[in-house]
Amino acid sequence: MKNQSMRINKILVCCGPGCLSNDSLDIYEALKNKIESDKPYISIETTVKATGCHGFCEIGPLIKFLPLDFFYCNVKVSDVEEIYQKTIKNGEIIERLLYHDQNSNQKIKSPEEAGFYKGQKKIALRNVGEIDPLSIDDYMKRGGYKALKKALLKSTTEQIISEVEESGLRGRGGAGFPTGFKWRQCAQMQNFPKYIICNGDEGDPGAFMDRSILEGDPHSIIEGMVIGAYAVDSHSGFMYIRDEYFLAIKNMTKALEQARNYGYLGQDILGSGYDFDIQIVRGGGAFVCGESTALMASIEGRVGEPRAKYIRSVEKGLWDKPTVLNNVETWANIPVIINEGASRFKSIGTAQSPGTKVFSLVGKVKNTGLIEVPMGMTLRQIIYDIGGGIALNKKFKAVQTGGPSGGCIPEQLLDLKVDFDSLDKAGSMMGSGGMIVMDETTCMVDVAKYYLAFLSEESCGKCVPCREGIRRILVILEDICNGRAQDEDLDLLIEICETVQATALCGLGKTAPNPVITTIKYFKDEYIAHIRDKRCPAGVCKELTIYSIDKDKCKSCGLCAKNCPSSAIKQEQSKIFTIDQTKCTKCGACVDICNFHAVKIGGALACR
Amino acid sequence: MENQQDFQYTRQISQQYPQDKRFLLAILQDIQKEYNYLPRESLYMVQEYMDIPLAKLYSMATFYKALSLKPKGRYIIKVCDGTACHIRASQTLTDEISKILKIAPGQTTSDGRFSLETVNCLGSCAAAPVIVVNDRFYGKVTPSMVKTIIDEYGGIYS
Ligand SMILES: Cc1cc2nc3c(=O)[nH]c(=O)nc-3n(C[C@H](O)[C@H](O)[C@H](O)COP(=O)(O)O)c2cc1C
Ligand code: FES
Repeated sequence: MKNQSMRINKILVCCGPGCLSNDSLDIYEALKNKIESDKPYISIETTVKATGCHGFCEIGPLIKFLPLDFFYCNVKVSDVEEIYQKTIKNGEIIERLLYHDQNSNQKIKSPEEAGFYKGQKKIALRNVGEIDPLSIDDYMKRGGYKALKKALLKSTTEQIISEVEESGLRGRGGAGFPTGFKWRQCAQMQNFPKYIICNGDEGDPGAFMDRSILEGDPHSIIEGMVIGAYAVDSHSGFMYIRDEYFLAIKNMTKALEQARNYGYLGQDILGSGYDFDIQIVRGGGAFVCGESTALMASIEGRVGEPRAKYIRSVEKGLWDKPTVLNNVETWANIPVIINEGASRFKSIGTAQSPGTKVFSLVGKVKNTGLIEVPMGMTLRQIIYDIGGGIALNKKFKAVQTGGPSGGCIPEQLLDLKVDFDSLDKAGSMMGSGGMIVMDETTCMVDVAKYYLAFLSEESCGKCVPCREGIRRILVILEDICNGRAQDEDLDLLIEICETVQATALCGLGKTAPNPVITTIKYFKDEYIAHIRDKRCPAGVCKELTIYSIDKDKCKSCGLCAKNCPSSAIKQEQSKIFTIDQTKCTKCGACVDICNFHAVKIGGALACR
Repeated sequence: MENQQDFQYTRQISQQYPQDKRFLLAILQDIQKEYNYLPRESLYMVQEYMDIPLAKLYSMATFYKALSLKPKGRYIIKVCDGTACHIRASQTLTDEISKILKIAPGQTTSDGRFSLETVNCLGSCAAAPVIVVNDRFYGKVTPSMVKTIIDEYGGIYS
């Protein structure tokens, strides 16, 4: 497939977290070295860039070629030589590296043709994966800092706030509070100094959206923050970023420096006479620090305990001064709203939830990745059209949204529209954007237990309902999973959940029962199976599961015995393999490895 | 191990920051990074430098997950227990490692070589379940791979 007229001038190597862990940085370095070392001898005008997440993590590492807009997937360092010789020098496409879409059974060249990218709409992620995050020029080439100029040089603060209000933008950190309204309230305070904060704590244990923006397009957040600061008349901002996100901190530090050098940050921004600067604060790894008041306590150098919210942060926030705190994704939306106007923004999404939302779509879907979709898209469209359906062609069971504060949504609600209010109504919430797909091999009681174990660890312990209540809920869930629970325990569980919901001090406690309440609501039969039949239908809860080998299906290949880390599988004289229950740790290795589905997962009263 | 020179470094770290309470977390994080834990002697020095009670440092050290009062092993095995990894059976990996190393998550082997930790999403959910040893990444790990991975780092001494 040779194409002489084909000239590639830009190669974008995905260096998002997923691809990085598959050596994409080595691929980038190797490509770059190849091109650099040949440059003096042949004329190559191609530049290689290490970018943020391209989104389609499932088939990473990814490389995109511009301007022809085709991409390679599952690239290895050993492919670099061939890519260089054939694709870069000769414009040949290497079939083998193209993405094979299983659902349509087609080789796909351009991202636009892939089901995964088709339904997406990128606003917050507009530059992520398209630019080198360490280059402010790349950002500016794509319209970066235009909004800042428009805001600072051509608009009044009132115009900016009205525009944001008019856009209907709601906070992307979880609660969906109207951003423009928050800004207006803060702008009205006559108490100085005022502060601006970006919440980059991303506490949801199963998500990486904010990280991808922080790493992949730091300037969009900076630009949003300067505009917000100018609108409410603040001169000092903070970015609270999780310490584990060292690449995000590194890229952001560099971006802040560049923005200062270009006069977009610091003193006398764009010659307007307005000063504003941003400092990075590294988070200490506590989920509750994502809560606004706890986060402020943490910036002040205290332990991150929240306070009751009868006084609002816009009035008394950081150091008791008026403060606007917004999520990473919220900030990244601001420049687009200012540039393109509120009505354009409002035309995307739904009336009550305009715009888009970024999700990390993970779990048992075929296409794991980072996606951005218009609000109002249904869960089914997200999971089946973009996500490609359930992996290994198993049966869908539930989708979890909203992280530890959210809930599990069952199959009958798959046509639910994804927006703030619809998800709330289903008992879950938008949250910051984790979307975890679960199949028939996921145990819903175990999922509830997982979140509650997380929350009991993360509860700061300040208020009793949260500290003690979550622990009691967890103990009951553990009993259920271990086969020790009685029927009455379910009622007790619901009662404690309702109490914690009603009485906890901060959002962590108030929403902590959600995973339990929604799983009981939609998957009560699974709880009953655990409690009455002492059986875990998904085969996850070890105490309630027994593995055995089906004599009729077993072909005596011995693969299971070889792969059993506990040496629990032995061949009897009769050549039949059996599992020694005293040695079996129920890790499931044999189930996964058997080609003949001969390992049976049984629940049994006998386990008790 | 903890010689004079070491603590000189603590002093250097602290003095990079103004004596303002809001830099406390950052100072402790830097010390943690340098020593892999917060040595008692370093805490005394920070206490003196910042002029705050030791109890306050202790409350910070126990509240924030990134900080640890106990030394960590040479090889830190992090098992991702983010949601995506959890529902792809990361727990069985933790169990298997616990069984081999005879330590629970959060502990370090008595010879100081291995620490076991569970962590939140590492952003590589497509490769779930995921293990990271120091900076080396392992994806789609199965229980039967665990022993081989530990052996790469010298395995357990019997
Ligand atoms: C327990 C708890 C954890 C939270 N974690 C986060 C987080 O990790 N990231 C985030 O942006 N917001 C988080 N929030 C929401 C924040 O309190 C706050 O509402 C949000 O950052 C405001 O920004 P927004 O209006 O732009 O959404 C959390 C809230 C609670 C109660
Ligand atoms: S949950 Fe383990 S990498 Fe995301």
